Amino acid sequence: MSNKLENIKKLNISKPLLLDCKQTVKNFSLAYETYGKLNESKDNAILVFHALTGDQFVSGINPVTKKEGWWVTAVGPGKAIDTNKYFVICANVIGGCMGSWGPKEIDKKTNEPYGLNFPVITIRDMVKAQETLLDHLGVEKLLCATGGSMGGMQLLQFCATFPNKTFSAVPIACSTSHSAQNIALNELARQAIMADPVWDKGEYLKKNTQPKNGLAVARMVGHISYLSEKGMQEKFGRKLQEKADYEFSFDADFQIESYLRHQGYTFVERFDANSVLYITRAMDYFDLSRQFKGGLVEAFKNQKTKFLVISFSSDWLYTTKENKDTVIALNASGADVSFAEIKTDKGHDSFLVNEQEFLKTLKGFIDSMHIKFKNEKRI
Amino acid sequence: MKKEFKVIADLLPKNVRVLDVGCGDGSLMSLLIKEKNIEARGLELIEENVKKCIYKGLSVIEGNAETELHQFPNQSFDFVVLSQTLQAFYNPEKVLKDLLRIGKSVIISIPNFGYWKVRTSLLFFGKMPVTKTLPNTWYNTPNLHMCTIKDLFHFCLEKNIKINRVIGVNEDKTSEIKKSNLEIKNLFSKLGIFLLS
Repeated sequence: MSNKLENIKKLNISKPLLLDCKQTVKNFSLAYETYGKLNESKDNAILVFHALTGDQFVSGINPVTKKEGWWVTAVGPGKAIDTNKYFVICANVIGGCMGSWGPKEIDKKTNEPYGLNFPVITIRDMVKAQETLLDHLGVEKLLCATGGSMGGMQLLQFCATFPNKTFSAVPIACSTSHSAQNIALNELARQAIMADPVWDKGEYLKKNTQPKNGLAVARMVGHISYLSEKGMQEKFGRKLQEKADYEFSFDADFQIESYLRHQGYTFVERFDANSVLYITRAMDYFDLSRQFKGGLVEAFKNQKTKFLVISFSSDWLYTTKENKDTVIALNASGADVSFAEIKTDKGHDSFLVNEQEFLKTLKGFIDSMHIKFKNEKRI
Repeated sequence: MKKEFKVIADLLPKNVRVLDVGCGDGSLMSLLIKEKNIEARGLELIEENVKKCIYKGLSVIEGNAETELHQFPNQSFDFVVLSQTLQAFYNPEKVLKDLLRIGKSVIISIPNFGYWKVRTSLLFFGKMPVTKTLPNTWYNTPNLHMCTIKDLFHFCLEKNIKINRVIGVNEDKTSEIKKSNLEIKNLFSKLGIFLLS
């Protein structure tokens, strides 16, 4: 996989970054991709933050995996976020494994992959690194920033840490802090990885291997949480996988089993197990109210950014209630906030799949914000 | 009713912060932004309307005014507007209290059940009235607590809510309603618009 990563865009961040764990890093790389062109008046830049297992390849074909980008449903020519019109930026988070500084990169001190010597990073660390990229690309103020799930959490952090760096923001299916249920599910994923003997305290890369079984189980946990009970029942029910009857074995008799195994084992081809540990930890540590003395109200104080919070009715990972709590906090701070709940059975995954009502709302908001942003710039 | 929005817009000073509760497709908010440079926010229950507002670039929160007004801090708006919805709540008194908590002033409009055509419908035909301002029949009306201008007037006095102005609307005509002309205006106004604080 490492050879394939040589041709992707990378920014070397030379400015020292003080991480939340108190370590300072410098000269680390941030891999990114852009789509469309920044226009002359620089009013069309949109920053996308990716979710747990995403990467910088939002649209088109991912050059490493040769598969479609993770958000092709929303981003591309003629799509809700139209790359003929907008300049779309996305960076791989630090701690990730698509070219950015992460646990599988080589530690210059030891000349070996970091493994568990990589520092525990946070959502704020990720966001600070990405802000540097905007300077590099010549973007002074974004038209919009958006992201779902962990991407939404990064976005809320971005708005709190860099107020008014974006004209508008669309946090999707996320929260201002990770709930007990979400920490529990992440812990399940981590324990699955760490229980795989191949993981070997994170040293597996030195032996050029990967704890595939543990990582696949971790991914399966994730996939269950991304669907809704109703959606799963409708899609799979008790349907059998290419067979007429039970086989009285532990093979994948049911379609849902086969689906999970497929998702699990294709994931190991493209993702690093230690990255899952580090990124899920960053999500668990995320609690915006903890960073500010006055809590969330203080976090969003003096925001001029126009927010649109979107939730999905069947999402049980980041529920409508949690998303509404973000809206309440924004309201209490006097921020300009809109909120829409999309009625769908597609669960947390709704923002990634072809959910028309969601895509129409996203497009309607961003297009109207573009008009307002242009007017503001003119004045 | 366009006239109603015009009256509401005229009641509002320029550059204030307004929360439009039950903002529909955002027509009133658009008007207030355009004519009065008002910072407008909306709360709307119907998903389709919420999207219409978003497409227009208006700030709107999808939610139910009956249960979700608590999210707005005390005195966080200069004005709160409630257009022809008070009668549709399970607990209008609680909603009204919340509106007065959120806004420094409150503008409420109600379809007047005391309008003469409404009265004659009941008196002469013995049937629940169906008019332009009350277009639904008894079995499908969203209106749970119909009242007259006089009812709301007395309610405010009883609850110590300060009535700053009451305006009666009949088609294109508007008139000031005072205690002295309440009986007659209650008979000839299709709509009552109250400015309270």
